[in-house]
Amino acid sequence: MQYKTNRLSTVIEWGTLLLSTIIVCFFLFVIIWEIVSKGASSLSWEFVSAIPKDGMTAGGILTPIIGTVLLTLITAIFAIPFGICCAIYLNEYAENNWLTRTIRAAIRNLSGVPSIIYGLFGLALFVQALQFGTSLIAAGLTLGLLSLPYIITTTEEALKRIPNSMREAALAVGATKFETIKDVVIPSAMSGILTGVVLTLSRAAGETAPILFTGAAFFINGSSGYLNQEFMALPYHLYMLSTQHQSIDQVRPIAYGTALVLVIVVFLLNLTAFYIRYKYRKNEN
Amino acid sequence: MKYRTRISIDKLFKVVFKATGMLVLALLGGIFAMLVYNSISFFLDIKPLDFITGMEWAPTAKTPKYGMLPLIISTTVVTFGAMIIAIPLGIGTAAFISEYAGSRLKNILKPAIEMLAAIPSVVIGFLGIVVLSPGIANMADLPNGLNALNGAILLAIMALPTIITVAEDAIHAVPNAYKEASYGVGATKWQTLRKVIIPAAAPGIITAVMLGVGRAIGETMTVLMATGNAGLIPTGMFDSVKTMTATIAIEMGEVPYQTTHYYALYAIATVLFFMTLFANIVGEFFINRIRKYHAV
Amino acid sequence: MKTKLSAKNLNLSFADKQVLKNISVSFAENEITALIGPSGCGKSTLLRSFNRMHDLFPYAKINGELFLEDLDLYAKNVPVTEIRKRIGMVFQKANPFPKSIYENIAYGLKINNLPCNKEVVQKALEEAYLWDEVKNDLKMPATRLSGGQQQRLCIARAVALRPEVILMDEPCSALDPVSTLKIEDLIKHLKKKYTIVIVTHNMQQAQRIADKTVFMYLGEVKEEGTTDDIFNNPKNEMTANYISGYFG
Repeated sequence: MQYKTNRLSTVIEWGTLLLSTIIVCFFLFVIIWEIVSKGASSLSWEFVSAIPKDGMTAGGILTPIIGTVLLTLITAIFAIPFGICCAIYLNEYAENNWLTRTIRAAIRNLSGVPSIIYGLFGLALFVQALQFGTSLIAAGLTLGLLSLPYIITTTEEALKRIPNSMREAALAVGATKFETIKDVVIPSAMSGILTGVVLTLSRAAGETAPILFTGAAFFINGSSGYLNQEFMALPYHLYMLSTQHQSIDQVRPIAYGTALVLVIVVFLLNLTAFYIRYKYRKNEN
Repeated sequence: MKYRTRISIDKLFKVVFKATGMLVLALLGGIFAMLVYNSISFFLDIKPLDFITGMEWAPTAKTPKYGMLPLIISTTVVTFGAMIIAIPLGIGTAAFISEYAGSRLKNILKPAIEMLAAIPSVVIGFLGIVVLSPGIANMADLPNGLNALNGAILLAIMALPTIITVAEDAIHAVPNAYKEASYGVGATKWQTLRKVIIPAAAPGIITAVMLGVGRAIGETMTVLMATGNAGLIPTGMFDSVKTMTATIAIEMGEVPYQTTHYYALYAIATVLFFMTLFANIVGEFFINRIRKYHAV
Repeated sequence: MKTKLSAKNLNLSFADKQVLKNISVSFAENEITALIGPSGCGKSTLLRSFNRMHDLFPYAKINGELFLEDLDLYAKNVPVTEIRKRIGMVFQKANPFPKSIYENIAYGLKINNLPCNKEVVQKALEEAYLWDEVKNDLKMPATRLSGGQQQRLCIARAVALRPEVILMDEPCSALDPVSTLKIEDLIKHLKKKYTIVIVTHNMQQAQRIADKTVFMYLGEVKEEGTTDDIFNNPKNEMTANYISGYFG
């Protein structure tokens, strides 16, 4: 009898944990199911290759796709070199002193700063102080700043995994410190760095709050793509279609389609990162 | 390359690398300076105490009112609601992944959690409008379901990956010797989990929760889209709320530069900045305790 | 015999901990000298100060003088990369670059502006007794070689620069007996051209290959002399105890 109750309670206890895991997976399932089942019907070649028409109630989403691609590119061009250089400084050069500790604390805090505050900072710095106006470049740089702490952290972790014996090997044949980093450390850490970079960019591509006031536009006639002009972006497009459009019910299929395309873009980037990491781990063993 | 050139390049890059390190300091300093400068401009017009304790947020009224209490309460209610959902689910899932799941199940669950983390907030907000809102409206017999409950559920979903990942790390880091000692005196797996593993991992779990709180407080798009944005003090989970982040997002686009209202939004951002900073510092405090503990 | 490498009143400390105490020692040209002593006695630290590997650590403080013939190794105007070119090093764990076998040899030549072509690479690999095993896969990643082959590649990488001295920090400690014998054979062969200083934990190895042996204990040189004298006729009681296995 005693044994039986024990078994029953074991099942209940185990079941509680299993249930919470199932609920979490259920959330993921609902999100993906809803977006895929309702967005798939909007998805067509025309949808991704045509520009929005008739007050965005018809046509495709080419303009926001181009906008998001360009925006992510600017983010990458800005954040990758700065992020990697900063990680190199912290891991290869910095001594353990108050300055280094301050920089590390700053990075940790920056990664916790809400994205809307980055948006305000981009507005104050790029749009107003530097007079870029609301533009592709201002929004891209804002996202670049937002991405910086993530790239630094992931790159530094990748650099940390390179054993010191690698550095010694290069120094022992007469390489300078910079040559050691450039020719041996970075190539060895490449896959780790790449994984972090791709994950960060996938995050940046889906961000909305930082581009709200720095350059994203409700609608742009014709093609966008000028650095100094406003642009359309997928996440902002979805936000507008689902809350601000005058005929919300009419554009709902387009909103679902946009959400699906956005999710596909983000998942593809994530899969790329998983793949790099998987290949790297396999090579390591 | 000549030796001289190589040395010059070496020295040059040392400076370049260091400069990028300084850039990070400049960035945090810049954000801080921006917040402080604009907040001071605001507090020249409005008394700080009136701002923090004012019961009404109506900056566009005839006599503008800049009381941010409704916004703080809204943010708190939504965040609190999100944590009530996310903490048990998150810890339960973390414990399941770490202690019960086999390696094959782990290899499915962990990427699933990462996928959940990767979904853009605007997509989650969109689903709050099209799925959750009609659902809540039906169940509670309301005209629409854009309210605090909706926002809390969505924020819980957004905070879950953070909580699960960090808590799982903490549980996983509990030394095997503890578990073996517990099994050794005849404890069951569940007793070991509750009486040994969870207490040992507690600081890490608190860190996980605080990071989740920080994430929820600072999240903009989901609450902006799903909570209805009424600037009143909410009385329950079915009331529409307007959080601090949503207020900034909505009003910054419409307000003329360098007016009191404009500065007011920066003042909100300053409060927001310190709230998330506080959550993160508390989280870090506990993670450092773990590190010290494991170092010994 | 001509002195190739020497230290005079060398003191070295990491932060507050003194690791080398007033060391004066010299290594003769075209000889193999073994540094022996219990773990933590400073033998690796001494070895690494000759090609300035401690430059990496800001906490390492060095006092005293080190010479390559009459060149002051720590003089201000001496380029450190030049020193490392002239004093090669082989490490405890084989550490080939994550590049091809060919590139592993070529890298040091290229950055030092030395002529780099297939013959030079081949010659270095031949000298390290590795050529016959890898001549058909020079493009293969070096990490796919076996442990012993990797260590010989690292030796080839060092000899490719035509150094005058090769420092070896327990080069066989991670290898199986067969690979170890191969490398010992190689080291004996290399001494015709190079001066070799080798740190070893293995008494038998020191006796098999070294001409001279230096015994260190707690950061000091306790005794130095021919290998024969140290092992068969030690003057210091500590040395006698160590080589007969009372401690270490």
